[in-house]
Amino acid sequence: MTAIDTRAAIRARGLRKAYGSHVVLDGIDLDVAEGTVYALLGPNGAGKTTTIQILSTLISADGGSVEIAGHDLVREADAVRAQIGVTGQFSAVDGLFSGEENLQLMADLRHFGKADARRRVAELLDRFDLADAAKKPVATYSGGMRRRLDLAMTLIGDPRIIFLDEPTAGLDPRSRRVMWATIRELVAGGVTILLSTQYLEEADRLAHRIGVLDHGRLVAEGSPAELKRLVPGGHVRLAFDNAAELDRAAVALEGGTRDDEALSLQVPSDGGVRSLRALLDRLDAAAIDVTALSVETPDLDDVFLSLTGDDEPAEVVLR
Amino acid sequence: MTASPMVLADSATMLRRNLRRMRRYPSLTFFIAVIPVIILLLFVFVFGGTLGAGLGGGLTGGRTEYAAYVMPGILLITVAGAAQGTAISVAMDMTGGIIARFRTMAISRTSVLAGHVIGSVIQTLIAVAIVFVVGLLVGFRPTTGPLEWLAALGLLTLTAFAVTWLSVGLGLAPRSVETASNLPMFLVLMPFLSSGFVPTASLPDGLRWVAENQPFTPIIETLRGLLLGTPIGNSGALAIGWCVAISLLGYLWSRRLYERPPAPTV
Repeated sequence: MTAIDTRAAIRARGLRKAYGSHVVLDGIDLDVAEGTVYALLGPNGAGKTTTIQILSTLISADGGSVEIAGHDLVREADAVRAQIGVTGQFSAVDGLFSGEENLQLMADLRHFGKADARRRVAELLDRFDLADAAKKPVATYSGGMRRRLDLAMTLIGDPRIIFLDEPTAGLDPRSRRVMWATIRELVAGGVTILLSTQYLEEADRLAHRIGVLDHGRLVAEGSPAELKRLVPGGHVRLAFDNAAELDRAAVALEGGTRDDEALSLQVPSDGGVRSLRALLDRLDAAAIDVTALSVETPDLDDVFLSLTGDDEPAEVVLR
Repeated sequence: MTASPMVLADSATMLRRNLRRMRRYPSLTFFIAVIPVIILLLFVFVFGGTLGAGLGGGLTGGRTEYAAYVMPGILLITVAGAAQGTAISVAMDMTGGIIARFRTMAISRTSVLAGHVIGSVIQTLIAVAIVFVVGLLVGFRPTTGPLEWLAALGLLTLTAFAVTWLSVGLGLAPRSVETASNLPMFLVLMPFLSSGFVPTASLPDGLRWVAENQPFTPIIETLRGLLLGTPIGNSGALAIGWCVAISLLGYLWSRRLYERPPAPTV
C-alpha cells in the first residue's frame, strides 16, 4: 500500500453512541497523526472504552464516520482489522493455554509460516520477559505477566495502529514503567497509539496529544503543555540570596506571595514568553539580583478538575 | 464472505484450539459419557426386566431384548447431553476476553464458530463410542452388517452436527455461563418423549402425537433399523431432513448471535 497522504492514522467525525436513552458518546471528533500517541483522558463512564471499542471494530457507532489508516471503518472493516491491534481492559488471553500457545495461536491466525511463527513467538516471549513462564498455563500468571502477554499477542502481527484501553490499570509501579517504556519503543518505531487512561501523569508522560473526555464529549484537546495553559493558576517562582533583595523584589513586583523562610517570591504568570520578558524587564530596571527562577505551570490534575467540573472529583484517580 | 482458503485455515486453527482446550479440561468429555452410561445401566438393570416384558409387537423377553431396544435412545441422549457441554464451553469462551480479540482481527466470523462445532462433534463421537462399548458389555449386539453400521455412524455424526449448531446458539444467547448450562436441558429430556424407551403406541394420545412427530423419533427409528434390522420406512428421509433443517437454523441463529455486539461496558 502507498503512503497515506493525509498522514492521519485515525480520523473520526461526529461519533455518537447511545444505549437506550443513555448517551455514551455525544459527537466526538478525533484526529490522530501517524506515529504519535493520543491519550483519551477521562473519569470512569466518560466514554473512553466505548470510543476504543468503536474504533477497533468491536461495536458499531450510532452515527458519525471513521477512517483508520485510510480505510472506512464500516465498509472496509477487515482492511482496518488487518492494520490494528487492540489490548483491552480485561486480558484477552486464553487461560487454559500457556503463554507460548497463546502467541502461537495468534501467529496461526496471522498466517505466518511455521519457522517464521516460531521465531516471532520466541522473540516476543524474550522481549516481554516471559520466556521462563512460556510453558506454564496463563491461569498461573500474575496480573503484570498477563498484561505483558496480552500486549505481546497484540504485537505479533506488527499492527501499525494500536489501541490500548487503560493499559496500566491495576499494574504495580514497576510493571507500569515497563509498559510505558514499551509504548515509547513502539512509537519510536513509527506505530500510532491511541490509549485511554484516567491517570493524568500517564497522559502527560506518554501522549503527544490529549483529549479530555467527559460525559461523552471532548471538553478539551491539545498537547499536555497547551492543556496546562488553558487553566489559570500558573506562577513564576523567584529565589533570592538575602531578605533585603526579597524585600526590594516584593515592592517592585506587586501582587506576589513571599515566603520569608525560603527567601522566595511567587508571582502569578501564565508562563508565556511575553509576560516572562515583562517580568524580567521590571527586575532589571530595579537592579534586583535573582538567584533562581522557575516557571510553574498548573499540572494536569488542575486542568482536569477545572475542565470536567468539580461535581464528581471523587471519580478522578489522582496519584 | 472472506476468501475461502483463509476461512478453512482459520477454522482449522480454531479447531486445534478447541481440541487443545478439551484436552486441558478432560473431565467435561468424561461427564458427557458418564451420564448416558448411568442411564443405560439404570434402564437395563433396574427397569429392563419389566420394560422388556412389555415391549410387545413381537419383541418379547427381558433385559437383553430391552438393552437392544433402548440403545439408540441412549446414543441420542449422549448426543443431546454433549450439547450441554458445547453450550457451556461456548458461553465460557464468549465471556473471556479472547473472543473480543478475535472480533478485532481480520479472521472470518464463521471460523470461530466452526472450530467450536467441529471440536464438539468430535467430542460427542468420543462419548458415543464410550457409551457404545458399554452397551456391548451389557449385552447389546448389532445384528446388521458393516455397511449399516457405517450408515448409523454417519447418522449419529449428522445428528451431532445439527444438535451442536443448535447448542452453539444456546451458548451464545444468554449472557451468563449458568444460564447457558441450563438451556440445553430440554434436549436431554426429548429422547425420553420419543420411541427411544417405550414404543409410542403405549403412550396416551396427546403425548403419543408429540412422540411420533418430534425429530428424535425418526432418528431413533432409523438408528434402530440400521443396527437391529427393524423396518425404517420413511424415517430415514425424515431423520436427514430434520438434521439438515436444525443445522441450518442453528447455524444462521448462531451467526446472528455472534455478530451481536458484546454487552455494554461503559
